[in-house]
Amino acid sequence: MARRNREIGKAGWGYTAITSVVGFIYFFPVFWIILTAFKTRTDALATPPKLFFTPTLDNFTSVFYRASITTGTSQATDMGLYFFNSIFIAGTSVGLALIVGTLAAYAFSRYPLRGNDTYLFIILTTRMMPPIVVIIPIFLMFRLSGLAGSYWGIILLYTAFNIPFSVWLVKSFFDELNPEIEDAARMDGATEGRVFFRFCIPQILAGLSATFVFGLILTWNEFLFALLLTGVETRTVPVAMARTLGGEVGVDYGLLAAIVTLFLIPIFFVTFLLQNQLLRGVTFGTVKK
Amino acid sequence: MADAAHHRGGFGAWLLDPKRRGALLVTPAIAILFVMNIFPLMWSFGLSFFNYKASSLKVPKFKGLDNYHDVLTDEKVWERFQTTAIIVSASVVLQLIIGFLLALMFAKAFPMRRIVLMLVLTPMMLSFVSVGVFFKLFYEPTFGIVSFVINLFTEERFVLLGSPEGAIAGIVIADAWMWSPFVMLLVLAGLVSVPKYLYEAAEIDRASAWRRFWTITFPYIKSLLLLAVLFRTIETFKLFDIVYIITEGGPGSTTETIAVYLYRTAFQFFKTSQSSALAYIVLFIVIVLTNLYLYAVNRRAEEID
Repeated sequence: MARRNREIGKAGWGYTAITSVVGFIYFFPVFWIILTAFKTRTDALATPPKLFFTPTLDNFTSVFYRASITTGTSQATDMGLYFFNSIFIAGTSVGLALIVGTLAAYAFSRYPLRGNDTYLFIILTTRMMPPIVVIIPIFLMFRLSGLAGSYWGIILLYTAFNIPFSVWLVKSFFDELNPEIEDAARMDGATEGRVFFRFCIPQILAGLSATFVFGLILTWNEFLFALLLTGVETRTVPVAMARTLGGEVGVDYGLLAAIVTLFLIPIFFVTFLLQNQLLRGVTFGTVKK
Repeated sequence: MADAAHHRGGFGAWLLDPKRRGALLVTPAIAILFVMNIFPLMWSFGLSFFNYKASSLKVPKFKGLDNYHDVLTDEKVWERFQTTAIIVSASVVLQLIIGFLLALMFAKAFPMRRIVLMLVLTPMMLSFVSVGVFFKLFYEPTFGIVSFVINLFTEERFVLLGSPEGAIAGIVIADAWMWSPFVMLLVLAGLVSVPKYLYEAAEIDRASAWRRFWTITFPYIKSLLLLAVLFRTIETFKLFDIVYIITEGGPGSTTETIAVYLYRTAFQFFKTSQSSALAYIVLFIVIVLTNLYLYAVNRRAEEID
């Protein structure tokens, strides 16, 4: 029922105006960060803080090109590579976790093992644990196995972080489906593969998208493990962001804000496109039909 | 593929036997989890019984439960737990209130809802690093916008992060701002799951708005609220980046959370084994919380059935 009339009542443009004001107040810190990205160094640290100023694109330019002090020529930074790394690493690991997690979730839902709940609980515990518990062994493990600094190392690690979440969420979607329809399909001679791909997956697509967005939001900004386990070639944007903080002249807020703004764009659009699915999938499947 | 046919009745058939289908489908997930999570966990569990230091080459000695004894009798650790508890409870309560109010606002359908909702969802998509750095700037006495606004009303120089209470407030505000949207999503899902006919019936009965809320809406969102509380408690318990950037645990060590302390023990003092022991105590607490969380999920499922 909930899916057919999802909202309580309807309101008009007046209501839109009120919510926009509240929404904008909530959004204000983000707005300020975006403004800072267009400010010169002096404007960024002006007293009192400046709301109106002459905008500049210098910060965005210096995200990708930095003037060398010694030679005066501009040098390309590796920020483009870091953006690629972030997108590639987060996208691959969340996708991989979704595939592996969906298979496991299907098994947990349709072919319960002995000790099913125990397995599920152990899986969930690994998600709930403070990351610092495993950081030293993982660091040593990555160094010994040569995974440190490689794409596969960090991708596998992030995949592992996303699996518990994917399994739990997707299992709840499978649980909601009516198994009788699947049995009927089997009677008609459909193979197991066909039942899975043609009957189950299409029905939970919205849920799968929600799981993907959630995983992406949580992985996109991961910092601690990326800091310790990525190398020069595989560095992600949050790590690069933190590296702009050090420096003798203090934080370059304009530059940082420009990176934050650019880094916000991809995740913002993915979330915007999949917003309806996100709202539906967020309940961990506990809101039924 | 020809090979697979050749082995029909052999290993391939054994593996694909319907009896093993469940186990087969679960294997990739469990394998990755084992290598990347469970194995390192067991490793650090082992470490917690030695006096291993990541910075020293000496062969570690077995110390039995000494590390656990040291950690549990350390007054500093209890202080850190207290700080963590204060930050967690303040932040979670704030997230609940804000998240709940936002959800009420967005439960109605209105023009451009999708776009306005994005304004509220954005904080969740920022990195902890950037939220930390910019909130620190907002609180800054001279350049900060928060200080500027407050100085419109008072002449006194506003130094939020100077006092322990202020510093805690600063952390809590940043964290709550970032994660209230998450609570909002959960509550919103609860609100829209209330069957409409209940409201229609209430209207016929002329029930007051207050009564409608407590008798119709609240029962539907009760366990989702609990779910939000537990999920956010577990996550906030691990709070590290924001604290580390905004206050570095200061002034003094008044805002040092257990996660920051854990980081310091492990990476500044290189007491690897001791930090593992402490980490396991934290893990124990998290497991207790997880059980509560599962209990809430199950109750929710039962209620809906």
